[in-house]
Amino acid sequence: MTTLPLSTPKKLGLVIDLDTCVGCHACAVACKEWNEGGDFGPLPDSDPYGKEPSGVWFNRVHSYAVEQATPQGSRELTVHFPRSCLHCETPACVTVCPTGASYKRAEDGIVLVDEDKCIGCQLCAWACPYGAREISAQRGTMQKCTLCVDRIYNETLDEADRQPACVMACPTRARHFGDLGDAESAVSKLVAERDGYALMPEFGCQPVNRYLPPRPRRDGSESKPVPREEALDREQLPGVLRWLDRALSR
Amino acid sequence: MRPTFSIICFTVLSGAGYGLLFLLGLAIALGAMPTFRSLLPPELERFSAVGPLVTNPNLALATALLVGAMLVSLGLLCSLGHLGKPARAWRALSQWRSSWLSREGVASLLTYVPLLGLLADLFTHPPFASPTLTLRIYGALLCLGCVVTVVCTAHIYSSLKPIRAWHDRHVLPGYLYLSLHSGALVLTALATLGIPTQTTAVALWIGNALILAPCAAASKWYYWRSIDAHGPPTTGRATGLDRLGSVRSFEQPHTEANYLTHEMGFVLARKHSRKLRAFAFWSILLAPITTLLLAWPVGGFTAWIALVLGLSGVFVERWLFFAEARHTVMAYYGR
Repeated sequence: MTTLPLSTPKKLGLVIDLDTCVGCHACAVACKEWNEGGDFGPLPDSDPYGKEPSGVWFNRVHSYAVEQATPQGSRELTVHFPRSCLHCETPACVTVCPTGASYKRAEDGIVLVDEDKCIGCQLCAWACPYGAREISAQRGTMQKCTLCVDRIYNETLDEADRQPACVMACPTRARHFGDLGDAESAVSKLVAERDGYALMPEFGCQPVNRYLPPRPRRDGSESKPVPREEALDREQLPGVLRWLDRALSR
Repeated sequence: MRPTFSIICFTVLSGAGYGLLFLLGLAIALGAMPTFRSLLPPELERFSAVGPLVTNPNLALATALLVGAMLVSLGLLCSLGHLGKPARAWRALSQWRSSWLSREGVASLLTYVPLLGLLADLFTHPPFASPTLTLRIYGALLCLGCVVTVVCTAHIYSSLKPIRAWHDRHVLPGYLYLSLHSGALVLTALATLGIPTQTTAVALWIGNALILAPCAAASKWYYWRSIDAHGPPTTGRATGLDRLGSVRSFEQPHTEANYLTHEMGFVLARKHSRKLRAFAFWSILLAPITTLLLAWPVGGFTAWIALVLGLSGVFVERWLFFAEARHTVMAYYGR
């Protein structure tokens, strides 16, 4: 059914730290590798080793320069920005689906596509403001991030490995997975501590994933002015220290 | 957005078909049985096999309905060309509670019921001098089905918030007026073949020239003015990094095009949009009136020139509707 669950007890999602992401694309590659062989695969490419390779990836890592004005003049921050499905609470991609292939799981909020029902009309890809969905030209159906639903509940894996492939692969621990509906979870605390934000809330999709903004730079440009010399009332000091202060102040 | 040929054909053809069926259904529902003459040449009356068909005045009306049915069906078949899995299209009828695309599918199929009812009655009964109650009810239901289907088509686009040029209140009137306008052009052209006195054809032609065409052109003018008033979404807003400074993309996430940049990063139209808009606007506005003025000196066949001119205007308009629309996701790519 493409009607949405009223609310989900769990809101599984990702928290992506834009401060530590180095733009290495390991998340994108690990995701592609897992989903090529996972329950939802394959993810075939056209012309994979040729001149114009093309195919579906669930992660796309953008790189931006952010120009900032500082007292010392303007400077540029480099921000790497992984973009993937945000597993929205009210996903526009689900309600537009004419067949019921797109759905949001009531138990944990993961947004999925039922491969056997999808007719490949692509309306969901048009409806998503975040570009989370791509159609597979080879399979004729819409593909999207599954939040590695075939990993996170997979009891044949070690418990430590029951995380999305992108989270496992990240060498800088810039990706965190957890329940954002639980205010006490590690990811929720991280979001609260670092002022995590949702992308483009004005579209009303209520994304679950959060992005942690880059921390203030430590190059001195944003540090507070050096505090002036502390006031010292010499008259209150004992005689020895008063002499010492005078000697050192010379 | 990439203008997909299958979807443009679908909306233009089925739009004209529903406009035509609406006008025919309205005439029947109001009790004005259009007095079409047979489309077949009178010489054929000598052949006994087709004789009854020729002398039956219902035949021409049924033919006009059939033309509408063909346009609509051809359009619906074209729309299947857009699907990755066309054989599963029947599944699209299930989610009418939430999806405008599903509602459109259901409405388009339900519209066939009064249409086939009308055709069955017209073919099987003796010539009607004035429509029976059954025919008038079928006519009213046909009108309703046509309006609902075109409203659903418009809502498929206007409900998509990430595409600012489609999420616009001028989209719905544009689809409705253009559907009626192109339907009237088809009906006028058909009427010049079959109506004895030509009064109905002329009335329809004047109505289109003075009311429908100006309304359709004006709705597009207001639409273009509305979409021009909004700039494209910025990369800073899309990433939420605008709070830190001004944002510029310095490296793309992939070296080759992908589905998103191919489908949603179409820029050709914006380069030529002024000229194409002018062509669409003037051909929609002027097709009926200039050919009507020409019809007195040179004859009614100019209705067919109006049809070709008007429909090519609608085709260009629909191409622009896609090509000019910018999807928010392109802001991530800095385009």
